[in-house]
Amino acid sequence: MSSKNKKILPYSLAINEALHQMMAKDKSVFIIGQGVKSVWYVGNTCRGLLEKFGEARVIDTPVSENAVTGIGVGASLAGLKPVVIHPRLDFMMYAFDPIINEAANWHYMFGGKSSAGVVIRGIINRGGEQAAQHSQAIEALFAHIPGLKVVMPATAYDAKGLLISAIRDKNPVIYIEDRWLYQEKNQVPQKIYAVPIGKGVIRKKGKDITIAAISYMVPQAIKAAEELKKEGIEAEVIDLRTVKPLDIPLILKSVKKTKRLVITEAAWLTGGVAAEISAQISNKAFKYLKAPIERVCLPDAPAPMSKPLEKSYFINYNDIIKTIKKMIYV
Amino acid sequence: MKNKYPKKFLTGLYQKMLEIRLFEESLVEPILKGEIKTPCHLYTGQEAVAVGVCASLKRTDYVFGNHRSHGHYLAKGGNLNALMAEIFGKETGCSRGRGGSMHIIDTSAGFLGSAPIVAGTISLAAGQALASKIKKEKRVTVSFFGDGATNEGVFYESLNLAVLHKLPIIFICENNLYSTHMPIRECSANTKIYQIAKAFKMPSFKIDGNNVLEVFETVKKVVDRARQNKGPAFIECLTYRLRGHVGPDDNVQGLHTDIRSKKEVETWRKKDPIKKFEELFIENGVINKKNLEEIYQKTNQKIKEAHKFAQKSAFPKKSELLKYVFKK
Repeated sequence: MSSKNKKILPYSLAINEALHQMMAKDKSVFIIGQGVKSVWYVGNTCRGLLEKFGEARVIDTPVSENAVTGIGVGASLAGLKPVVIHPRLDFMMYAFDPIINEAANWHYMFGGKSSAGVVIRGIINRGGEQAAQHSQAIEALFAHIPGLKVVMPATAYDAKGLLISAIRDKNPVIYIEDRWLYQEKNQVPQKIYAVPIGKGVIRKKGKDITIAAISYMVPQAIKAAEELKKEGIEAEVIDLRTVKPLDIPLILKSVKKTKRLVITEAAWLTGGVAAEISAQISNKAFKYLKAPIERVCLPDAPAPMSKPLEKSYFINYNDIIKTIKKMIYV
Repeated sequence: MKNKYPKKFLTGLYQKMLEIRLFEESLVEPILKGEIKTPCHLYTGQEAVAVGVCASLKRTDYVFGNHRSHGHYLAKGGNLNALMAEIFGKETGCSRGRGGSMHIIDTSAGFLGSAPIVAGTISLAAGQALASKIKKEKRVTVSFFGDGATNEGVFYESLNLAVLHKLPIIFICENNLYSTHMPIRECSANTKIYQIAKAFKMPSFKIDGNNVLEVFETVKKVVDRARQNKGPAFIECLTYRLRGHVGPDDNVQGLHTDIRSKKEVETWRKKDPIKKFEELFIENGVINKKNLEEIYQKTNQKIKEAHKFAQKSAFPKKSELLKYVFKK
């Protein structure tokens, strides 16, 4: 289905459209990172940018994650709007210093005299027997840091709208995308629009349990809810969209209605964003809860390579269903 | 000397070096008394580097500093009272009392920030230079760092990227022979730091960092070159800190971490950049002793007033603890 103002786009091309439109509209926007010229690195998210905007604003770099990110941060201090791209979150760990020590602290430690309005796109690219260092989802580490905002869109619509918001934001924004979502398609307006940072959304209404899902686990949660409906369990699915700051009021409102909460995040269990949500909701909605809050997350282990191990390591809608049944049929 | 430069320029260099020296020395007593707690890495002894470098820049050019940046800030024209107030943790400080000695800024003077993670601002400076290139604004960025920073990976990454993209940046390495407590021979396989930059195919020089005119003349050439889009350059300025790594004197503070021999320190005291410049002044008849005394009195008065300003300024309000976490 395609109309004049909207079209069906996959997630990856929604990112691409946001970059095209923002770079055309605002000369201060530029992209820099490893592999921005290469489909192999960044999928089709950077398609056509080099041809349209030239090498001055589409800067492919050597493998120097630390300096390249620092350059992005530095350019943002100069008032430009850089989008730094890391083709894998794993590689981005070299850039913790400019992200955490510099960008996140900059506005505070100079008493508001300067700020790093930089966007850092980190891509989670896992599965396919890539093992430990090509699989890691570390959003919780960034969410832990004061001064950073962390967004994790799950739909094409949000992928575009949140990237636009991130580019417009005056603070450093970590924009984390999951390549397992690149083919998720939905209607995307052709105009420039913003999805507000810090606001979740209810994807599916329900009365029996709330599933708070992040990124890749959103479509899995919706699928789980559809399966559960066949058994008469009506789950409400919340897509958090932003993991820092969290939309606690939205989850709280839902939990007060459903009395049960399961949080799902395709990242490690210990110290994850799910743990933070659990702590906050336990604190604010303790008397409403009919069951302990559950988390459906990755086991506390590095990603394995071998196919059978990989299959049992990654989580999907079945894990959510199992957990919910356990919570409801106690 | 007299024929080469206007008197006003020369006395300006002298006045600025003296201002930095007196500023730093005025902190010694309050530090020892515990009135100043923020870790102060005093610039005493290295003044000729900051002043010589910044004299070659326009006010609209940019500077990034490091942990030892009071001198860089003042040389670039940063507000003196605001720096003093910052060190005393006051709301009128250049970072509103949130940063302290190691996080100072005056964007109106092109001093874009100092931060103490060793080598952490080198890539930021390269980013500013990239922004200038994208904006075609013909401004040059200077990155100040010490010899210790050249052992960080991001230093090498930044040199490579600066040359690859012909960024208008000047790397100023202040080699004061020590990385905190460690002598350079124990830190670096190659102690001739300027040779590292040569490997990246950029002009690179080693100069006497205690000679303000040598610093100025060398940096001026590479700044002009960078402004004409001819790319970055590297200057190793050989100098020496006459105070401790942090605070007035590592030994006085009872930590006994200053392993430098008294003899070594004394040798460098004889090469004090301000004394050297004074001698040159008198020798060349640029200025007489009376004029020097006048400059001293005037500068000292400025420092005293800065202390008064800091003393009478208010601390930040507790209610504003979280105010600057995010920019609204």
